[in-house]
Amino acid sequence: MKARAEKIREIAKRLLQEGRVDVVIGYTRGSSPMREQPFFARTPEQADQLTWSSFCVGNTAKSLVQAARAGERAGVVAQGCASRNVAGLIVEKQVDRDKVVVIGVPCLGMVDFRKVEAQIARSEGRRVETVEEDGEELVVRGRGFEKRLKRKELLRDNCFTCQHRNPVLADELAAEPTAETGGGDIDKVAAPWEKFPAADRWARFRETFQDCIRCYACRDACPLCYCKTCFVDDARPQWLGKTQDMTDIASFHLMRAFHCAGRCTDCGACESACPQGLKMRRLTSKIEKDIRELYGYSAGMDVQAVPPMASFRPDDSDDFIKQGGEQ
Amino acid sequence: MNECIENTGFRPRIAAFFCNWCTYGGADLAGVNRLQYPADFRVVRLPCTGRMNPEFVLHAFRQGADGVWVSGCHPGDCHYIAGNMYARRRFTMLKELLEYAGLDPGRLHFSWISSAEAEKFQRTAKDVIEAVRALGPVDAADAATKTMVMELRKVI
Repeated sequence: MKARAEKIREIAKRLLQEGRVDVVIGYTRGSSPMREQPFFARTPEQADQLTWSSFCVGNTAKSLVQAARAGERAGVVAQGCASRNVAGLIVEKQVDRDKVVVIGVPCLGMVDFRKVEAQIARSEGRRVETVEEDGEELVVRGRGFEKRLKRKELLRDNCFTCQHRNPVLADELAAEPTAETGGGDIDKVAAPWEKFPAADRWARFRETFQDCIRCYACRDACPLCYCKTCFVDDARPQWLGKTQDMTDIASFHLMRAFHCAGRCTDCGACESACPQGLKMRRLTSKIEKDIRELYGYSAGMDVQAVPPMASFRPDDSDDFIKQGGEQ
Repeated sequence: MNECIENTGFRPRIAAFFCNWCTYGGADLAGVNRLQYPADFRVVRLPCTGRMNPEFVLHAFRQGADGVWVSGCHPGDCHYIAGNMYARRRFTMLKELLEYAGLDPGRLHFSWISSAEAEKFQRTAKDVIEAVRALGPVDAADAATKTMVMELRKVI
């Protein structure tokens, strides 16, 4: 990780010095441990603050839209998933390929800070103060304790089933390519409610989403959500209310998931950003599974691709639509 | 008329979204031909099924619909060339998503009905209404196991 961070700083400095980009979007140390935060480096000196660790759980492509709208040429530090989102933004014409320099980082998977906290028994009042990375281990320290944890057991769920750890799109590389997948089988864990009868599924949905406080952190962390006015903020018509009643929570999460159809790269930024620890991938993974199975599409793999929801085939399946041949 | 009058049991409220050029015309023709079917759905006319925002479906359930029925032109017959083809993919994803989250399949229906298919319109209308009626009122279900539509419905 340290080698990656140094290489990122080196590349960012060079890009800024040569004037190839106006800004490099990456991560810097967060103000609390295990929370790296997005960072915009505009001068070679600022590039020194860039970092890379096991806790770069946001998605830099999100900030890229911001830079693109300001007309800036941006360098963007991107691991596999974020690079796919950059490609997705190019496909959706939000970002100009000529104005982006992708600093690709072959990714080893990011760590879920909640899993770390569970391991050190946060419930007993122990708090992590520093985390040091030592190869495949994390050295977690706090007042009166030190614990060595295995990175592999703490990976975020989506990193465990990652299919593309190496950047899909990269102008510069910050490390040698790594193993392409995270090792988990995405088809086994995607759409976890499918095995339940219809009546139980709603109970699962309820259980998963009932703690939602409608803060929209998932939306704000998501690189797909770049609309200037989100449907939840529309007042005329008002698609859904602002309450924490199940009707509004369900409407929000169903529509948010639907809007990700054929675009989600399973980067996990939504789950990582959620203050309530909701597992919204239980919903989005179903959509992405359908897109893969029905239309054979994975988002962000090709900047020339036509998104599945913006295209059709004459022989698309429509078994569920009443055709009327039957008498 | 008999069919409409005789039914004194549960009368579902169904929100129907019809494309202006095909199904709406089909419904019109059914009317002109005096074909009878229960009058348990309220029609919202759309320019094309491509106009169908998935949010309309949720909104209908929130506003108290017991079922939703979306109908438009057969593939290849779209007045706007391919509006229904895009809609088809959207409907597929929406239906899969809602059923995955626990929607009863009998509450959401899709069909392709052209403006010449009055009889098919009558038949499909009966099918849809019967399917929703068979499920009963949304809130009659056992309150211990709340259903999706039950909780989507906005209590005012």
